[in-house]
Amino acid sequence: MKYLSEFRNSEISKGLIEEINRITEHNWTIMEICGGQTHSIMRYGLDQLLPVKIELIHGPGCPVCVTSLELVDKALDIASRSDVIFTSYGDMLRVPGSSGDLFSVKASGGDIRVVYSPLDALQIAQNNPDKQVVFFAIGFETTAPANAMSVVQADALGLDNYSILVSHVRVPPAMHAILSSPYNRVNGFLAAGHVCAVMGYWEYPPIAERYKVPIVVTGFEPLDILRSVIMVVRQLENNTYEVENGYSRIVSFDGNISAQKMINQVYLNCDRKWRGIGLIPNSGWCLRPEYQQYDAELRFGVQYIDPEESPLCISGTILQGLKKPIDCPAFGVECTPSTPLGATMVSSEGACAAYFQYSYNNQTTV
Amino acid sequence: MCLGIPGKIIKIYEINGLKMGKTDFGGVVRESCLAYVPEAGIGDYVLVHVGFALNLISEKEANETMELLRNIADVNAELNP
Repeated sequence: MKYLSEFRNSEISKGLIEEINRITEHNWTIMEICGGQTHSIMRYGLDQLLPVKIELIHGPGCPVCVTSLELVDKALDIASRSDVIFTSYGDMLRVPGSSGDLFSVKASGGDIRVVYSPLDALQIAQNNPDKQVVFFAIGFETTAPANAMSVVQADALGLDNYSILVSHVRVPPAMHAILSSPYNRVNGFLAAGHVCAVMGYWEYPPIAERYKVPIVVTGFEPLDILRSVIMVVRQLENNTYEVENGYSRIVSFDGNISAQKMINQVYLNCDRKWRGIGLIPNSGWCLRPEYQQYDAELRFGVQYIDPEESPLCISGTILQGLKKPIDCPAFGVECTPSTPLGATMVSSEGACAAYFQYSYNNQTTV
Repeated sequence: MCLGIPGKIIKIYEINGLKMGKTDFGGVVRESCLAYVPEAGIGDYVLVHVGFALNLISEKEANETMELLRNIADVNAELNP
Protein backbone atom coordinates (compact mmCIF):
# COMPACT_ATOMS: atom_id res chain seq x y z
CA MET A 1 0.00 0.00 0.00
CA LYS A 2 1.25 3.41 -0.86
CA TYR A 3 2.71 5.55 1.93
CA LEU A 4 2.96 2.66 4.35
CA SER A 5 5.20 -0.23 3.30
CA GLU A 6 7.90 2.06 1.92
CA PHE A 7 8.38 3.42 5.42
CA ARG A 8 8.89 -0.06 6.86
CA ASN A 9 11.83 -0.97 4.62
CA SER A 10 14.22 -3.04 6.71
CA GLU A 11 17.34 -2.34 4.62
CA ILE A 12 16.93 1.38 5.16
CA SER A 13 16.13 0.77 8.85
CA LYS A 14 19.50 -0.93 9.24
CA GLY A 15 21.21 2.06 7.64
CA LEU A 16 19.41 4.48 9.94
CA ILE A 17 20.34 2.47 13.01
CA GLU A 18 23.97 2.49 11.88
CA GLU A 19 23.73 6.26 11.55
CA ILE A 20 22.34 6.55 15.08
CA ASN A 21 25.23 4.42 16.36
CA ARG A 22 27.68 6.58 14.48
CA ILE A 23 26.47 9.93 15.83
CA THR A 24 25.61 9.02 19.42
CA GLU A 25 28.39 9.88 21.85
CA HIS A 26 26.56 10.63 25.11
CA ASN A 27 23.68 9.14 27.05
CA TRP A 28 20.29 10.57 26.08
CA THR A 29 16.73 10.02 27.23
CA ILE A 30 14.10 10.65 24.58
CA MET A 31 10.37 10.65 25.28
CA GLU A 32 7.45 10.11 22.95
CA ILE A 33 3.92 11.13 23.94
CA CYS A 34 1.86 9.02 21.62
CA GLY A 35 0.32 5.62 22.23
CA GLY A 36 0.60 4.79 18.56
CA GLN A 37 4.34 5.46 18.61
CA THR A 38 4.75 3.43 21.84
CA HIS A 39 3.14 0.53 20.09
CA SER A 40 5.18 0.89 16.93
CA ILE A 41 8.43 1.03 18.91
CA MET A 42 7.51 -2.14 20.82
CA ARG A 43 6.18 -3.95 17.75
CA TYR A 44 9.33 -3.39 15.70
CA GLY A 45 11.64 -3.69 18.70
CA LEU A 46 13.16 -0.30 17.92
CA ASP A 47 14.22 0.39 21.49
CA GLN A 48 16.19 -2.87 21.43
CA LEU A 49 17.94 -1.93 18.20
CA LEU A 50 19.13 1.47 19.38
CA PRO A 51 22.51 1.89 21.08
CA VAL A 52 22.42 1.39 24.85
CA LYS A 53 23.27 5.07 25.32
CA ILE A 54 19.80 6.03 24.04
CA GLU A 55 16.80 5.35 26.23
CA LEU A 56 13.35 5.71 24.73
CA ILE A 57 10.71 6.39 27.37
CA HIS A 58 6.97 6.59 27.00
CA GLY A 59 4.91 9.54 28.12
CA PRO A 60 1.16 9.86 28.75
CA GLY A 61 0.27 9.50 25.09
CA CYS A 62 -2.61 7.11 25.40
CA PRO A 63 -5.90 9.02 25.70
CA VAL A 64 -7.74 5.93 26.91
CA CYS A 65 -5.16 5.55 29.68
CA VAL A 66 -5.36 9.14 30.91
CA THR A 67 -9.16 9.46 30.95
CA SER A 68 -9.84 10.20 34.62
CA LEU A 69 -11.34 7.59 36.89
CA GLU A 70 -14.15 10.05 37.72
CA LEU A 71 -15.13 10.25 34.06
CA VAL A 72 -15.03 6.48 33.64
CA ASP A 73 -17.31 6.17 36.69
CA LYS A 74 -19.65 8.80 35.20
CA ALA A 75 -19.68 6.84 31.94
CA LEU A 76 -20.65 3.69 33.84
CA ASP A 77 -23.44 5.60 35.60
CA ILE A 78 -24.88 6.97 32.33
CA ALA A 79 -24.44 3.70 30.44
CA SER A 80 -26.43 1.81 33.06
CA ARG A 81 -29.56 3.88 32.45
CA SER A 82 -32.29 2.07 30.58
CA ASP A 83 -33.11 4.92 28.17
CA VAL A 84 -29.49 5.35 27.08
CA ILE A 85 -27.53 3.92 24.17
CA PHE A 86 -23.91 4.50 25.16
CA THR A 87 -21.45 4.64 22.28
CA SER A 88 -17.68 4.59 22.50
CA TYR A 89 -14.42 3.87 20.75
CA GLY A 90 -13.57 0.21 21.29
CA ASP A 91 -10.88 0.14 23.90
CA MET A 92 -12.71 2.25 26.47
CA LEU A 93 -14.95 -0.75 27.07
CA ARG A 94 -12.55 -2.59 29.36
CA VAL A 95 -11.01 0.33 31.18
CA PRO A 96 -11.60 -0.37 34.87
CA GLY A 97 -13.74 2.08 36.80
CA SER A 98 -13.93 2.06 40.60
CA SER A 99 -16.04 -1.05 40.28
CA GLY A 100 -16.59 -2.71 36.93
CA ASP A 101 -16.20 -1.42 33.40
CA LEU A 102 -18.40 -0.66 30.40
CA PHE A 103 -18.11 -4.25 29.29
CA SER A 104 -19.59 -5.50 32.56
CA VAL A 105 -22.40 -2.92 32.26
CA LYS A 106 -23.06 -4.34 28.80
CA ALA A 107 -23.08 -7.86 30.19
CA SER A 108 -25.71 -6.73 32.72
CA GLY A 109 -27.97 -5.49 29.94
CA GLY A 110 -26.74 -1.97 29.21
CA ASP A 111 -27.00 -0.92 25.56
CA ILE A 112 -23.37 -0.16 24.80
CA ARG A 113 -22.13 0.00 21.24
CA VAL A 114 -18.63 0.30 19.86
CA VAL A 115 -18.34 2.83 17.06
CA TYR A 116 -15.49 3.58 14.68
CA SER A 117 -16.44 7.24 14.22
CA PRO A 118 -18.58 9.79 16.12
CA LEU A 119 -20.64 10.11 12.93
CA ASP A 120 -21.73 6.50 13.54
CA ALA A 121 -22.97 7.57 16.98
CA LEU A 122 -24.89 10.39 15.35
CA GLN A 123 -26.49 7.91 12.95
CA ILE A 124 -27.56 5.77 15.92
CA ALA A 125 -29.17 8.86 17.46
CA GLN A 126 -31.08 9.51 14.22
CA ASN A 127 -32.20 5.89 14.06
CA ASN A 128 -33.33 5.78 17.71
CA PRO A 129 -35.28 8.98 18.43
CA ASP A 130 -36.85 7.51 21.57
CA LYS A 131 -33.46 6.84 23.19
CA GLN A 132 -30.73 9.12 24.53
CA VAL A 133 -27.50 8.46 22.66
CA VAL A 134 -24.29 9.41 24.42
CA PHE A 135 -20.84 9.35 22.81
CA PHE A 136 -17.72 9.02 24.96
CA ALA A 137 -15.65 11.80 23.41
CA ILE A 138 -12.13 10.96 24.48
CA GLY A 139 -8.90 11.74 22.74
CA PHE A 140 -6.08 14.12 22.16
CA GLU A 141 -6.22 16.87 19.57
CA THR A 142 -6.40 14.17 16.87
CA THR A 143 -9.98 13.16 17.57
CA ALA A 144 -11.19 16.63 18.56
CA PRO A 145 -12.20 17.71 15.02
CA ALA A 146 -14.24 14.53 14.58
CA ASN A 147 -15.92 14.78 17.98
CA ALA A 148 -16.62 18.50 17.44
CA MET A 149 -18.19 17.84 14.05
CA SER A 150 -20.65 15.40 15.60
CA VAL A 151 -21.90 18.14 17.92
CA VAL A 152 -22.21 20.70 15.12
CA GLN A 153 -24.05 18.17 12.97
CA ALA A 154 -26.38 17.26 15.85
CA ASP A 155 -27.16 20.96 16.13
CA ALA A 156 -27.71 21.34 12.39
CA LEU A 157 -30.00 18.30 12.29
CA GLY A 158 -31.92 19.40 15.40
CA LEU A 159 -31.10 16.16 17.26
CA ASP A 160 -32.09 16.57 20.89
CA ASN A 161 -31.24 12.99 21.86
CA TYR A 162 -27.48 13.21 21.23
CA SER A 163 -24.85 14.29 23.75
CA ILE A 164 -21.15 13.73 24.37
CA LEU A 165 -19.20 12.90 27.50
CA VAL A 166 -16.09 15.01 26.98
CA SER A 167 -12.63 13.89 28.01
CA HIS A 168 -10.31 15.74 25.66
CA VAL A 169 -6.69 16.22 26.65
CA ARG A 170 -4.02 18.40 25.05
CA VAL A 171 -0.38 17.52 24.52
CA PRO A 172 1.51 20.82 25.13
CA PRO A 173 0.37 21.23 28.78
CA ALA A 174 1.39 17.61 29.44
CA MET A 175 4.85 18.36 28.05
CA HIS A 176 5.09 21.40 30.34
CA ALA A 177 4.05 19.26 33.33
CA ILE A 178 6.64 16.59 32.55
CA LEU A 179 9.48 18.99 31.79
CA SER A 180 8.88 21.12 34.88
CA SER A 181 8.71 18.13 37.23
CA PRO A 182 11.65 17.75 39.65
CA TYR A 183 11.92 14.09 38.49
CA ASN A 184 12.21 15.01 34.84
CA ARG A 185 14.97 13.28 32.92
CA VAL A 186 13.77 13.94 29.37
CA ASN A 187 16.46 15.37 27.05
CA GLY A 188 14.44 15.42 23.83
CA PHE A 189 10.93 14.80 22.52
CA LEU A 190 9.37 12.95 19.65
CA ALA A 191 6.17 14.92 19.06
CA ALA A 192 2.99 13.06 18.16
CA GLY A 193 2.60 13.10 14.39
CA HIS A 194 -1.16 13.00 14.06
CA VAL A 195 -1.77 15.49 16.85
CA CYS A 196 0.49 17.78 14.80
CA ALA A 197 -1.38 16.89 11.61
CA VAL A 198 -4.33 18.71 13.18
CA MET A 199 -2.63 21.39 15.28
CA GLY A 200 0.58 21.99 13.36
CA TYR A 201 3.64 22.53 15.52
CA TRP A 202 3.43 26.24 16.22
CA GLU A 203 2.79 25.45 19.92
CA TYR A 204 6.17 23.80 20.41
CA PRO A 205 8.87 26.47 19.89
CA PRO A 206 8.06 28.16 23.25
CA ILE A 207 8.39 24.77 24.97
CA ALA A 208 11.69 23.97 23.25
CA GLU A 209 12.98 27.41 24.13
CA ARG A 210 11.84 27.40 27.74
CA TYR A 211 13.11 23.95 28.71
CA LYS A 212 15.95 23.75 26.19
CA VAL A 213 14.79 20.45 24.65
CA PRO A 214 14.81 19.59 20.95
CA ILE A 215 11.38 18.51 19.68
CA VAL A 216 10.90 16.60 16.42
CA VAL A 217 7.49 15.95 14.88
CA THR A 218 7.42 12.18 14.30
CA GLY A 219 5.40 9.68 12.30
CA PHE A 220 4.58 6.09 13.17
CA GLU A 221 6.39 3.78 10.82
CA PRO A 222 9.81 2.40 11.80
CA LEU A 223 11.65 4.65 9.34
CA ASP A 224 9.79 7.70 10.63
CA ILE A 225 10.68 6.97 14.23
CA LEU A 226 14.33 6.14 13.49
CA ARG A 227 14.69 9.23 11.35
CA SER A 228 13.31 11.45 14.12
CA VAL A 229 15.65 9.83 16.65
CA ILE A 230 18.54 10.80 14.33
CA MET A 231 17.27 14.38 14.21
CA VAL A 232 16.90 14.59 18.00
CA VAL A 233 20.30 13.03 18.69
CA ARG A 234 22.03 15.31 16.18
CA GLN A 235 20.59 18.31 18.02
CA LEU A 236 21.46 16.92 21.44
CA GLU A 237 25.06 16.23 20.41
CA ASN A 238 25.23 19.78 19.03
CA ASN A 239 23.53 21.31 22.05
CA THR A 240 20.66 22.85 20.08
CA TYR A 241 16.99 22.85 21.04
CA GLU A 242 14.87 23.54 18.01
CA VAL A 243 11.59 22.23 16.70
CA GLU A 244 11.94 20.20 13.50
CA ASN A 245 9.46 18.41 11.29
CA GLY A 246 10.21 14.74 10.67
CA TYR A 247 6.76 13.99 9.21
CA SER A 248 6.57 16.57 6.45
CA ARG A 249 4.50 14.40 4.10
CA ILE A 250 1.54 15.04 6.40
CA VAL A 251 2.39 17.76 8.91
CA SER A 252 2.80 21.48 8.26
CA PHE A 253 3.73 24.23 10.71
CA ASP A 254 0.22 25.71 10.72
CA GLY A 255 -1.60 22.39 10.74
CA ASN A 256 -5.15 21.91 9.49
CA ILE A 257 -6.76 25.34 9.71
CA SER A 258 -10.36 24.22 9.10
CA ALA A 259 -10.05 21.58 11.81
CA GLN A 260 -8.62 24.12 14.27
CA LYS A 261 -11.43 26.53 13.43
CA MET A 262 -14.00 23.85 14.26
CA ILE A 263 -12.20 23.01 17.51
CA ASN A 264 -12.25 26.68 18.53
CA GLN A 265 -15.90 26.99 17.59
CA VAL A 266 -16.98 24.09 19.78
CA TYR A 267 -14.45 23.86 22.61
CA LEU A 268 -12.58 26.05 25.03
CA ASN A 269 -9.58 25.28 27.27
CA CYS A 270 -10.32 23.93 30.73
CA ASP A 271 -8.53 22.13 33.53
CA ARG A 272 -8.39 18.38 33.15
CA LYS A 273 -7.53 15.51 35.50
CA TRP A 274 -5.22 12.93 33.94
CA ARG A 275 -5.58 9.47 35.39
CA GLY A 276 -2.47 8.53 37.29
CA ILE A 277 -1.01 12.04 37.06
CA GLY A 278 -3.54 14.41 38.56
CA LEU A 279 -4.80 17.81 37.54
CA ILE A 280 -2.89 19.57 34.78
CA PRO A 281 -4.21 23.14 34.45
CA ASN A 282 -5.63 24.17 31.08
CA SER A 283 -4.86 20.75 29.66
CA GLY A 284 -8.32 19.85 28.44
CA TRP A 285 -11.04 20.97 26.11
CA CYS A 286 -14.64 21.36 27.26
CA LEU A 287 -17.74 22.37 25.38
CA ARG A 288 -18.38 26.09 24.98
CA PRO A 289 -21.50 27.51 26.70
CA GLU A 290 -23.37 27.67 23.40
CA TYR A 291 -22.98 23.86 23.01
CA GLN A 292 -23.53 22.92 26.62
CA GLN A 293 -26.88 21.29 25.84
CA TYR A 294 -24.79 18.53 24.22
CA ASP A 295 -22.73 17.96 27.38
CA ALA A 296 -23.72 14.57 28.79
CA GLU A 297 -22.40 15.39 32.28
CA LEU A 298 -24.90 18.26 32.51
CA ARG A 299 -27.72 16.48 30.72
CA PHE A 300 -27.61 13.48 33.02
CA GLY A 301 -26.60 15.33 36.19
CA VAL A 302 -24.15 12.59 37.11
CA GLN A 303 -23.15 12.81 40.72
CA TYR A 304 -19.52 12.80 41.77
CA ILE A 305 -18.64 9.30 42.87
CA ASP A 306 -15.66 8.87 45.19
CA PRO A 307 -13.28 6.97 42.91
CA GLU A 308 -11.02 4.12 44.02
CA GLU A 309 -7.93 3.02 42.17
CA SER A 310 -6.30 -0.39 42.54
CA PRO A 311 -3.50 -0.09 45.13
CA LEU A 312 -1.25 -2.30 42.98
CA CYS A 313 -1.47 -0.26 39.81
CA ILE A 314 1.46 2.04 39.02
CA SER A 315 0.19 3.39 35.69
CA GLY A 316 0.70 6.95 36.89
CA THR A 317 4.47 6.55 37.14
CA ILE A 318 4.50 4.66 33.83
CA LEU A 319 2.54 7.41 32.09
CA GLN A 320 5.08 9.98 33.28
CA GLY A 321 7.96 7.91 31.97
CA LEU A 322 9.37 7.35 35.47
CA LYS A 323 8.94 3.59 35.43
CA LYS A 324 8.54 0.91 32.81
CA PRO A 325 5.81 -1.76 32.84
CA ILE A 326 8.39 -4.42 33.71
CA ASP A 327 9.16 -2.47 36.91
CA CYS A 328 5.65 -3.20 38.15
CA PRO A 329 5.37 -6.22 40.49
CA ALA A 330 1.85 -6.90 39.21
CA PHE A 331 2.86 -6.88 35.53
CA GLY A 332 2.03 -10.19 33.93
CA VAL A 333 0.89 -11.60 37.28
CA GLU A 334 -2.27 -9.98 38.71
CA CYS A 335 -2.33 -7.55 35.78
CA THR A 336 -2.67 -8.94 32.28
CA PRO A 337 -4.69 -7.90 29.23
CA SER A 338 -7.53 -10.20 30.31
CA THR A 339 -7.41 -9.05 33.96
CA PRO A 340 -6.21 -5.44 33.74
CA LEU A 341 -5.72 -3.40 36.90
CA GLY A 342 -5.24 -0.11 35.09
CA ALA A 343 -5.87 1.58 31.81
CA THR A 344 -2.31 1.21 30.48
CA MET A 345 -2.88 -2.55 30.24
CA VAL A 346 -6.32 -2.25 28.66
CA SER A 347 -5.75 0.15 25.83
CA SER A 348 -4.21 -1.11 22.63
CA GLU A 349 -2.00 1.99 22.82
CA GLY A 350 -1.08 1.63 26.50
CA ALA A 351 2.54 0.95 27.40
CA CYS A 352 1.74 -2.09 29.55
CA ALA A 353 -0.37 -3.70 26.84
CA ALA A 354 2.37 -3.04 24.29
CA TYR A 355 5.06 -4.56 26.50
CA PHE A 356 2.89 -7.59 27.23
CA GLN A 357 1.91 -8.14 23.63
CA TYR A 358 5.47 -8.03 22.39
CA SER A 359 6.64 -10.44 25.06
CA TYR A 360 8.66 -8.31 27.43
CA ASN A 361 7.36 -10.14 30.47
CA ASN A 362 10.37 -12.44 30.47
CA GLN A 363 12.92 -9.71 30.17
CA THR A 364 15.11 -8.48 32.98
CA THR A 365 16.27 -4.87 33.06
CA VAL A 366 19.79 -4.36 31.73
CA MET B 1 -8.81 4.33 19.09
CA CYS B 2 -7.32 3.99 15.67
CA LEU B 3 -4.12 5.05 14.13
CA GLY B 4 -4.44 7.39 11.21
CA ILE B 5 -4.04 5.42 8.00
CA PRO B 6 -3.51 6.58 4.43
CA GLY B 7 -6.28 6.03 1.90
CA LYS B 8 -6.98 7.07 -1.68
CA ILE B 9 -10.15 9.02 -2.44
CA ILE B 10 -12.16 7.24 -5.13
CA LYS B 11 -15.53 8.99 -4.82
CA ILE B 12 -16.83 12.29 -3.44
CA TYR B 13 -20.42 13.19 -2.47
CA GLU B 14 -22.41 14.99 0.18
CA ILE B 15 -24.50 13.77 3.10
CA ASN B 16 -26.46 16.23 5.26
CA GLY B 17 -24.34 19.09 3.93
CA LEU B 18 -21.05 17.37 4.80
CA LYS B 19 -18.42 16.55 2.17
CA MET B 20 -18.01 12.77 2.28
CA GLY B 21 -16.09 10.28 0.20
CA LYS B 22 -15.21 6.68 -0.41
CA THR B 23 -11.59 6.00 0.50
CA ASP B 24 -9.62 2.98 -0.61
CA PHE B 25 -7.24 1.59 2.02
CA GLY B 26 -5.24 -0.85 -0.06
CA GLY B 27 -8.34 -2.68 -1.26
CA VAL B 28 -10.67 -2.06 1.68
CA VAL B 29 -13.09 0.75 0.86
CA ARG B 30 -14.69 2.79 3.62
CA GLU B 31 -16.65 5.99 3.86
CA SER B 32 -14.76 8.98 5.27
CA CYS B 33 -15.76 12.53 6.06
CA LEU B 34 -13.79 14.96 3.89
CA ALA B 35 -15.02 18.17 5.54
CA TYR B 36 -11.54 19.00 6.84
CA VAL B 37 -9.84 18.56 3.44
CA PRO B 38 -11.95 20.85 1.24
CA GLU B 39 -9.20 20.93 -1.38
CA ALA B 40 -9.05 17.14 -1.77
CA GLY B 41 -10.04 15.54 -5.05
CA ILE B 42 -10.42 12.09 -6.55
CA GLY B 43 -7.09 10.27 -6.63
CA ASP B 44 -5.63 12.22 -3.71
CA TYR B 45 -4.25 10.36 -0.73
CA VAL B 46 -5.47 11.42 2.70
CA LEU B 47 -4.72 10.46 6.28
CA VAL B 48 -7.91 9.12 7.88
CA HIS B 49 -8.56 8.91 11.60
CA VAL B 50 -11.86 7.78 13.18
CA GLY B 51 -13.65 8.23 9.90
CA PHE B 52 -12.32 11.72 9.14
CA ALA B 53 -9.67 12.72 6.63
CA LEU B 54 -7.30 14.99 8.55
CA ASN B 55 -4.80 15.97 5.90
CA LEU B 56 -3.69 15.44 2.33
CA ILE B 57 -0.53 13.38 2.00
CA SER B 58 2.06 15.18 -0.05
CA GLU B 59 3.59 12.86 -2.63
CA LYS B 60 6.45 15.31 -3.17
CA GLU B 61 7.34 15.36 0.52
CA ALA B 62 7.00 11.59 0.78
CA ASN B 63 9.42 11.10 -2.13
CA GLU B 64 11.89 13.60 -0.70
CA THR B 65 11.74 11.88 2.67
CA MET B 66 12.41 8.47 1.13
CA GLU B 67 15.36 9.85 -0.84
CA LEU B 68 16.82 11.43 2.28
CA LEU B 69 16.48 8.19 4.21
CA ARG B 70 18.03 6.15 1.37
CA ASN B 71 20.98 8.56 1.32
CA ILE B 72 21.61 8.16 5.03
CA ALA B 73 21.42 4.39 4.67
CA ASP B 74 23.76 4.39 1.64
CA VAL B 75 26.37 6.57 3.36
CA ASN B 76 26.41 4.20 6.29
CA ALA B 77 26.63 1.17 4.03
CA GLU B 78 29.80 2.70 2.56
CA LEU B 79 31.22 3.45 5.98
CA ASN B 80 30.48 -0.06 7.22
CA PRO B 81 31.07 -2.43 4.29
